[in-house]
Amino acid sequence: MTTLLTVDRVAKNFTGLRAIENVSFSLDAGEIFAVIGPNGAGKTTLFNMIAGVFAPDAGTIAYCGQRIDGLRPDQVCRRGIGRTFQIVRPFPALTVEDNVMVGALLRRSDMAAARRRAHEILSQIDLLDKRGLRASALTLPDRKRLEVARALATDPKLLLLDEVMAGLRPTETDRMVEILRQLNQSTGVTILLIEHVMRAVMALAQRVLVLHHGAVIAEGAPGEIVRDPAVIQSYLGVEAAG
Amino acid sequence: MPAEIYLNVAVGGMLTGLVYGLMALGLSVIFGVVRIVNFAHGEMMTVAMYIAVVLFSAFKLDPLVMLAPIAAVLFVFGYAMQAGLINPFITRPEHSQFMLLIAVAMILVNTLLIVFGPDARSVQTSYSLDSFQIGPLIVDATKAYAGGAAIAFALALFAFFRFSLTGRAIRACADNYTGALVVGLDVKRLYALTFGLGSACVGAAGAMLVMLIDVTPQIGPGYTLLAFIIVITGGLGSMPGALLGGVLIGLTEALAGLFFTPSAKSMFAFALLVLVLLFRPQGILGKRLA
Amino acid sequence: MMGRLLDGVSKRVLIGLFTVFAALIIAPLFANDYLLTILILILYFAYTGQAWNIMMGFAGQLSLGHAIYVGLGAYTTAALYVHFGIGPWIGMAAAVAVAVVCGAIIGFLAFRFGVGGVYFAILTIAFAEFFRIGFDHFKWVGGSAGFFLPVANYASNDLWNLRGNPAMFYYVLLAMTSGAFILCHILLRSRMGYFWQAIREDEQAARALGIDTFRYKMYAVVISAGMTSISGVLFAFYYNNLFPEQIFHISRSIELILAPIIGGVGTLFGPIIGAFLLTGLAEALHEAMNALGFDAPGAKQVFYGICLLFVVMVLPDGVWPPLKKALRLNPHESDRGKS
Repeated sequence: MTTLLTVDRVAKNFTGLRAIENVSFSLDAGEIFAVIGPNGAGKTTLFNMIAGVFAPDAGTIAYCGQRIDGLRPDQVCRRGIGRTFQIVRPFPALTVEDNVMVGALLRRSDMAAARRRAHEILSQIDLLDKRGLRASALTLPDRKRLEVARALATDPKLLLLDEVMAGLRPTETDRMVEILRQLNQSTGVTILLIEHVMRAVMALAQRVLVLHHGAVIAEGAPGEIVRDPAVIQSYLGVEAAG
Repeated sequence: MPAEIYLNVAVGGMLTGLVYGLMALGLSVIFGVVRIVNFAHGEMMTVAMYIAVVLFSAFKLDPLVMLAPIAAVLFVFGYAMQAGLINPFITRPEHSQFMLLIAVAMILVNTLLIVFGPDARSVQTSYSLDSFQIGPLIVDATKAYAGGAAIAFALALFAFFRFSLTGRAIRACADNYTGALVVGLDVKRLYALTFGLGSACVGAAGAMLVMLIDVTPQIGPGYTLLAFIIVITGGLGSMPGALLGGVLIGLTEALAGLFFTPSAKSMFAFALLVLVLLFRPQGILGKRLA
Repeated sequence: MMGRLLDGVSKRVLIGLFTVFAALIIAPLFANDYLLTILILILYFAYTGQAWNIMMGFAGQLSLGHAIYVGLGAYTTAALYVHFGIGPWIGMAAAVAVAVVCGAIIGFLAFRFGVGGVYFAILTIAFAEFFRIGFDHFKWVGGSAGFFLPVANYASNDLWNLRGNPAMFYYVLLAMTSGAFILCHILLRSRMGYFWQAIREDEQAARALGIDTFRYKMYAVVISAGMTSISGVLFAFYYNNLFPEQIFHISRSIELILAPIIGGVGTLFGPIIGAFLLTGLAEALHEAMNALGFDAPGAKQVFYGICLLFVVMVLPDGVWPPLKKALRLNPHESDRGKS
C-alpha cells in the first residue's frame, strides 16, 4: 500500500479566524477517504489547500512523496489531483462532451484521442446520451456528474470531491455512490470526499476524518466514528449512532 | 521660474482638479453601487456643458447660477437611463454592459456633433478674466468659484449618503445586493436614484467646467477615461478618494503642462493609472477587494 | 488535413461559403470605384474583427484599445518604407514583431497582476491613449503633423510595395480575410481553442483542470495583436497618411469591435457578417441621406450607435446565432457558439 497523500500539521488563518489547526492525515493509493464535520469546520479550506487555491500557513502537504503546498491549482492538477467544486462550475456555453474534452485535453494533444477518452468517461458516468447538450441545459444531478466526469478526464490519481451529493435525492445519491465505487474499483483512483450526506459516507468511505472548528476530533473506520462520543456530540447527534 | 508661478499653477490645477473630482465622484457613486461601468460619463458631462452654453448664449444665464437646474436635468436623464435602459443589464456579462453604454456614448457624442457642429464653444462670463490675489497667490476667479462649488456639491452628497435614510439604503445595496432585497429595499428604484445622483454630479461638474475650458463634442471620451483614472487612483468605493484623486490628477496635469509640453500632460495620468492598476488596484483610499 | 478541416461542417455551409467567396473574387470586375471602396472597408473590418475576436470571443479578454496594434503595424511598416526603402511585406514581419511585443507587455502586466474584466479594458484604453499622445510627439514618424508615404502613379500595380489601384488592395484584403477565417476555424477546434473557451467561461474552473491560464491568455493576446498589426500595414499603404490622433484614437478601437459584436462575439462567422451588415447598412443610410439632401457628419456614427444598442439589447449574442438557427444550420443540439 503506497502512501499517496500526506497532510502534515497544516494550519490556515484568515485574518483572525483559525480555519484549520494542526491537521494531519495520510491517504493510501486506492482508498476512499471521507472528511466530515459541521459547517465551518474547515473542510473546504483543507481541500483548497490540497488543490492549490491557497497555501497553508504552516505544515506541509506531500503528494507521491513531493511537496505540493504552495503550488498553483493548475500545477496541482497536472501532478495528478483532480477536484470538483462545492457549487458546480460547468462551462455553460460548451456542450457536455466539450466540457469533458477540456479535461481530457490536459494529457492528450490529439483531438480524436481526447474525444474518445471523453466518450469513455461519459459512458462510465452515464451521461453519454446527453453529450450534445449545452451544460447550461442540464439538471443539477447531471451537472454534478459532469463535474466529476470533467475532473476524471484529467486522469487524476487522486480525486477531491467537494460535497458532490449535496442537493441530490436519495436515488440519485445511490447512483452517484455506485458510479464512484465502480470507478474506484476499476481504475484504482483514490477518492477524498467532503460530505454531509452520511448515507454516502457510510456506503463509500473506508476511513473517515472528522473536523470540528478546524481541528481533527476523530479518525477511523465509518462504523467506529459514528459511535465516537465526541463526534456524536459535535456533529452527528444521538440518532445517527443508531 | 519664480516659485510663485509653480504655486499659482499648482493651485489652479488643484481647483480644476476639484471639478474633475466631482465628475469622478459621480462615476464612483454609480460604479460603487450599481456596479455598472458608465462609459458614457464624459459624454453626459459634455451634454451638460452644452446645455450651459446654450443657456448662456441664449439667455445670458451664468452657469454657476444654473448649476442646480443643469444638475437636475442630468439627474432625470440618469434616472431614466438606469430605470429604462440599463436595469436589465445588471445581471448580464460585463462586456454587454460596456457595449450598452458605449452605444449610448456614441449616440450622445454624434448627436451633439450634428446639432452643434465640431467648433469649440465656451462661456465667457463677466468675471471670466478676473482673479483674486491672496498674498503671492493669484487665483482665477472662475477656478476659485468652480472649486468652491465642487466642494459644496460634494459635501452635500456626502451628507446625503451619511445621514439620510435613502442614502443609507443606497449604501446598503452597494454592500449587499441580496441582503438589501431581503430586507425589502426597492433596489431597482434605489439604483435609478443612484444613477441619477451620479449623473447630477456630472451635470454640476459640467456646468463648472464649461467656464474653465472650451467644449467640443469630442471631449467626452477623454473625460470618461479621466474619470476612470481618478476613480481607480483615488480608490473605488471611496467618495473622498474620488475628490482626492481628482485633485491629484489636476495637480499632475497642471505641473506636467508646465514642465513638459502641455499636450503630453495626459500621458502622466495614464502612466499613473497603469501603476495604480498594477500595484495598488484598490487605489489610495479604497478598500482592498477580496 | 483538408478532411479534418471540413469535418463536421455542413454541406450547405460549404456551398454558401464557396458562393460568397466566388462572388467576392469577381466583384471588382463589376463594381464601380465607390462600391470597391466600400468592399475594401468591409473586408478591413471583417479581418480586424476576426483578429479581435480571438482575444475576446475565444479567450474572453475585453480589449478596448486594439487600435494600438493597427497603429503600430502601420507606423512600423511606413517608417521602414519611408526611411529605409524596405517593402511592406518584409516590413510586415517587423510590424508583427512590434505588435506582439506590445501585446505581450500589456498581457503580462495585466495577467501577472490579476487585472481583469473592467480594469483590463481600461488598461487597454489607457495604453492606446498613451501611444496616441506619445506618437504625437514622435518626430521621426511625423508626430502630430502626420506621416506621409510617397504616392506614385498607379499606372501599374506594384504588389511588392503595395502601390497600386484599389483592386490590388481588395484582393490582398480578401486573401487576408479568408486566411484569417481559416485560421480562426483551425484555432477554435484546436486544443488551444478549447482551453481558451474554458478560460472564457470560467477561469478558475479551467485552472482546476490543469490549464495554465496565464500562458493561454498570453497566447490569445499575442496572436490577436500580431494579426491586427497586419491590417495596420494595409491601412498605411492604402491611405498613405498616418495621424496619431486618428489611428490610435479610441473611436478607432470602438469601430473595429462593432462588427464582431454585432455579428456575434466568439463565433466564426460573426465578425464577417457584422462587417457586411454594419458597413453595408451605413453606406445605404449615407446614400439615402444624400438623396434626401441631408448632410450630417456624425449621422453614420449615430446609426452605428443605434445598431449597437439594438443588438446589445435584443440580440445579445449577435446577429449570427439566431440567423444560424433560422437557417437551420445547427448540426445537432450543440450550439457552443462555435461557428
